[in-house]
Amino acid sequence: MNTIENLSRRHFLGGVLSTGAFVLVARVVPEELFAQTAAFHTKAESAALHTGVYLGIEPDGTVFIVTHRSEMGTGIRTTLPLVAADELDADWKRVKIEQAIGDPKYGDQNTDGSRSIRDFFDAFRQAGASARAMLVTAAAAQWKVPASECQTEPHEVVHRPSGRRLGYGALVSAASKLPVPKPGEVQFKPKSAWRYMGKDQPIYDLRDIVTGKAVFGMDTKLDGMVYASIEHPPVVGGKVRSFDDKAALAVPGVRRTATIDAFKPPLLFQSLGGVAVIADSTWAAMQGRKKLTVDWDLGANATYDSVAFRQQLLDTVRQPGKVVRNIGNVDAEFAKGGKVLEATYYTPLAAHASMEPPVAVADYRDGKVTCWTSTQNPQAAQDTISAALGIKKEDVTCHTVLLGGGFGRKSKPDFAAEAAVLSKKVGKPVKVVWSREDDIKFDFYHATAAIYHKAAVDGRGKPAAWLVRSAWPPIASTFEDGARYGLDFEHGMGLNDLPYEFANHRAENGPADAHVRIGWFRAVANNYHVFASGSFVDEMAHAAGRDTLEYLLDLVGPGKVLDLKGQFPVEYFNYGAPYDKYPFDTRRLRHVLELAGQLSNWGKRKPGGGWGIGLAAHRSFNTYVASVVEVEVDNTGRVRIPRVDQFVDAGMVINPERARSQFEGAAVMGAGLAMFGEISAAGGRIQQSNFNDFRVARMSDAPVQVNVHIVDSDAPPTGIGEPGTPPVIPALANAIFAATGKRIRELPLSKTKLV
Amino acid sequence: MITLTINGQQKSFDGDPEMPLLWYLRDELGLTGTKFGCGAGLCGACTVHRDGQAIRACQTPLRTLAGRQIVTIEGLSPDGTHPVQQAWMKANVPQCGYCQSGQIMQAAAFLKNNPHPADPDIDNAMSGNICRCGTYQRIRAAIKAAAEGRA
Repeated sequence: MNTIENLSRRHFLGGVLSTGAFVLVARVVPEELFAQTAAFHTKAESAALHTGVYLGIEPDGTVFIVTHRSEMGTGIRTTLPLVAADELDADWKRVKIEQAIGDPKYGDQNTDGSRSIRDFFDAFRQAGASARAMLVTAAAAQWKVPASECQTEPHEVVHRPSGRRLGYGALVSAASKLPVPKPGEVQFKPKSAWRYMGKDQPIYDLRDIVTGKAVFGMDTKLDGMVYASIEHPPVVGGKVRSFDDKAALAVPGVRRTATIDAFKPPLLFQSLGGVAVIADSTWAAMQGRKKLTVDWDLGANATYDSVAFRQQLLDTVRQPGKVVRNIGNVDAEFAKGGKVLEATYYTPLAAHASMEPPVAVADYRDGKVTCWTSTQNPQAAQDTISAALGIKKEDVTCHTVLLGGGFGRKSKPDFAAEAAVLSKKVGKPVKVVWSREDDIKFDFYHATAAIYHKAAVDGRGKPAAWLVRSAWPPIASTFEDGARYGLDFEHGMGLNDLPYEFANHRAENGPADAHVRIGWFRAVANNYHVFASGSFVDEMAHAAGRDTLEYLLDLVGPGKVLDLKGQFPVEYFNYGAPYDKYPFDTRRLRHVLELAGQLSNWGKRKPGGGWGIGLAAHRSFNTYVASVVEVEVDNTGRVRIPRVDQFVDAGMVINPERARSQFEGAAVMGAGLAMFGEISAAGGRIQQSNFNDFRVARMSDAPVQVNVHIVDSDAPPTGIGEPGTPPVIPALANAIFAATGKRIRELPLSKTKLV
Repeated sequence: MITLTINGQQKSFDGDPEMPLLWYLRDELGLTGTKFGCGAGLCGACTVHRDGQAIRACQTPLRTLAGRQIVTIEGLSPDGTHPVQQAWMKANVPQCGYCQSGQIMQAAAFLKNNPHPADPDIDNAMSGNICRCGTYQRIRAAIKAAAEGRA
């Protein structure tokens, strides 16, 4: 898909030549992006037969399917088109995938929240099924037979009684004159008739990736492009007082410097500001930047110290907070003076550290911007660029290029705005390349959190009252300056959705100030909330002398659809999904736990001798997961993870192969976060800089074997990318307790002298 | 002027001799399969072969490369048929794919010297290459498959 080609060939291919940015002789951008003409129609939309924005068919039988969500490793660029191709009964080999630009006509494009399939399954089924219905109608008319006598096989309509066949391409012309069926007017295939869905399918870009031809954001190149490396304020909210660029300008290849204004609160996705060095190559820009001298006004966050902040959080959760869920009266129950268990847990800030650092190319021309970037949210890139330059959103075109990882970081397009601002200043296309150090030091971090659990328990260890209190600098602070309490979606991730049979339960959120940028990281608040709740359940089970799995099943009870009405000051978040279609059904949680008991080593080997096993379960992103982690801890405290088992009920699974890969990766990321993930700050400055001091899991650290068990389900499809991470974290901590007797209440483990 | 061979083609470079090979490959030659990950030799995303050995292109100044033979992911095989590439496809290793050029180049050089590796050897050889998506177990399986001729 990597294309370096000349104008005439592209003219021939694309049909229509577009605006200024496209009139370039040589470039490296993904071929499918050329499909987007002046009016930004995809080949799907300009095809002879098309059923909306997602799918089109040409008379030669080529099927174009648009992916409007971003590919960062989940396989969504393949999996959504598979849905449409299956309903169309297309030959997958004749499908070409196009990547959409940012445009509201596609619907939401913010590829986060593990919801691409959940939210667009029906739309892509409709796109394929309606085209198939039109082709069948056209064939029936041509044969003068009832449509009910016609069936489809891959890429052709078949009339069984007469044995006649017509390929899709030959029917395109006639079918395109028919009305496009509306939702509800066509039947979707029953699951038993799925040709591609539910079966393992390699990703579309597989060969390009293993041959080095796949084009990521980092690989984008435009003619006449210059490169920028940006010195950001070392503290969030800092501003440039003055700077000396003489030495920088003396570096061969450096052309000039340019400032970027600091953001105006709230943060949103604006640039932090700073001084950019513009050069003829990435290397020259980076070398020049080292020679810059900048005098900073550091601002109010220069007092931020993560050690002191940790203590503040720990103190905060010992004080009453804002109630975010309430059942019965925990205070009355605690006042009775029975047996009480309590524990406080802590997790630090963490960085996303996707393998591709933030990068963007922007070309400002005649008041308009064209941008190529690895973004999870091209529409947000349009918004952020338009706000930064004071131009209309419609005058910003954002092409989504393959992402070298995202994990939430790349939903925030500050780096794209930087490229656009600099392109306007220098009058050329500009590529902004963040170094790894920039990425680690200027992230929108996974929040640090303290969580307090307190339970009054009966003779069998069951909670008569359960209080949970959590404090973390909220993502809300990114959108509202000074916000100190979480948003509903943060509460809904493991704080106010504990799924047990409660007589008395209260969840509270304590206040915390953000002194760095806070954003969403794979599974978001679930990671710290479930580390705490999954560990506390294990502590409660051990205190009662009960097996954790048996105890957990007892807590869940026989299972039912939870009635969450009236327990919250606001509507329960439910990951933005309608509750009637995606209810919290604890029978499904119970089922993955029972499978864990059957198919993992739980209960089959006695912990000891440095070996231990732990488990935890959680529903996040509407998906039910139980994780079982085994550890071996040697006498130096080094932890090895020989095996993880993930039990998953995500409803119908479209591409099981990619679902397994996501749950394998989630186990690695969860384990890595628990073992090493820590960002700290002193004087408002982040103390880590690269993979030497912000460690992530390497092969030698990662779980050796991750087995993923997917429940066969007919329920609507739910999240895949994120829900595998949270329960791995407490399961690992619980396994370490089983192996060593050492209870982990603070992460990362490297700080506890384990690993 | 530094003369070196890249994917079988002779190249002459007359820029800053301190510039790492990585940026020459990416910015000047358009060989973008070799990735920038950390700029400090910590992640392995930029792994290429120098005279058959795996090196980190981000830590290799051009001044050290006169007369050397460099092979990048683009030159590993003409059409993706190297046994390691085949094994990678068969095992569906990549997720985002960004680190995989470096992983494949590391694995290919490793297998050349250790055609029948045990698991700990694989872990040792590959632990300089980070995959943030966490594809390690498939990388290990693909290396074994390539070694056993199962790819």
